Amino acid sequence: MSEQSDRSPHPIPLPQAGEGEAVSPAGDALKKIRIATCSLAGCFGCHMSFLDIDERLFGLIELVEFDRSPLTDIKRCGPCDVGIVEGGVCNAENVHVLKEFRKNCKVLVAIGACAINGGVPAMRNNIDLWDCFQEVYCYEGGLECGQIPNDPELPLPFDKVHPISEVVKVDYFLPGCPPSGDAIWKFLTDLLNGREPKLDYEQLHFD
Amino acid sequence: MSKTITIDELAVPFKEGQTIMDAALAAGVYIPHLCHNPEFKPHGSCKLCTVNVNGRNVASCTLPAVEGQQVLSDIEELNADRLALTQMLFVEGNHLCPACEKTGNCQLQAVAYYLGMMSPHYNHFYPQREADASHHDVMLDRNRCIYCELCVRASREVDGKNVFGLSGRGIKTLLVVNSASGLLGDTDLAVTDKAVQVCPTGAILIKRHGYAVPIGQRVFDHITIKDVQTGGGDE
Repeated sequence: MSEQSDRSPHPIPLPQAGEGEAVSPAGDALKKIRIATCSLAGCFGCHMSFLDIDERLFGLIELVEFDRSPLTDIKRCGPCDVGIVEGGVCNAENVHVLKEFRKNCKVLVAIGACAINGGVPAMRNNIDLWDCFQEVYCYEGGLECGQIPNDPELPLPFDKVHPISEVVKVDYFLPGCPPSGDAIWKFLTDLLNGREPKLDYEQLHFD
Repeated sequence: MSKTITIDELAVPFKEGQTIMDAALAAGVYIPHLCHNPEFKPHGSCKLCTVNVNGRNVASCTLPAVEGQQVLSDIEELNADRLALTQMLFVEGNHLCPACEKTGNCQLQAVAYYLGMMSPHYNHFYPQREADASHHDVMLDRNRCIYCELCVRASREVDGKNVFGLSGRGIKTLLVVNSASGLLGDTDLAVTDKAVQVCPTGAILIKRHGYAVPIGQRVFDHITIKDVQTGGGDE
């Protein structure tokens, strides 16, 4: 996070929990940190990896509560302390969700390769969108009467997939495809304890 | 009495004719680099190895060591420059690590890890670049080329074949293949050639070897490029 060290405008006031054992001393007496998460053009792999923090979730839930997230099924993001965004921006709906997160979250985190550089979905960036759709919906075997979906309720796809930092300001980046549960835990405990998040060498990877 | 230069307050001996990079590598001092490979004549293009010598920033892979030089290398300012250069390399190409066979063994990636690169920072170019699968044993994917010219140098100096070259200038630079068709399959490149072994990224890959080494056992999974290239990190 070294290059973003000047980009953390909102240090979060927090109970000082021990590193690795995030346990609140007085549960309800302290205001919980509110976290929202979402997956844009991602595969939910980063969310799955988040669940890989396993039993540490119990310690975490003493300190935080979840707003909009696949974990809560809340559909709209309210005011939050931390927003965690998985996936890049590949359509108009992604932009709306991302802007909603940026508007409501004091600290916005890009998690995973796709949010950071477009990731695997960005491999279509050098393929014409029409060719891409034809290949998937018209030529691919197993589809009878294949046609390209064209319902007005479907979000408008973009010709390229973009990292979220090209649309909104991002405060922190947590790379990996996905980042490991341990990396997510280290990142979150650093952030929740008011430290500049820093991954160990083996936790920092792009794959 | 051997001659010495000082790198980050460490006295480093050198022999006449050695560059600062040569002396540093011989002494186990790591200066980040991508286009340099001690087996080949220096190229001086990636600029990652830029150090401060007596107050001036210079490429350590090309500057001869001279008695008494005061060299600064592992300092915040230079590492910030190196990080920015590495980030530019990432956005100028299409470096999608999860979809690359070289991941875990890639020097570009390893340098990024070493410098603590959390994001590419700059907006991506997503350039249109061609892959070439025409060769039976070797895959050429220009999306991942960083124009270090190591394959060019290896093919010319070691293999004696002159298979590769750089064409164009600036952002339009391209790795080209020296055959009438421009295809790798129409050259006499062999899978055993040095040019196939030296690519620091996943631009030149040997076919049918993808992901042979599992995650956790790859070159840079546990050991930084600094320790790999200076033989350190065992203690």
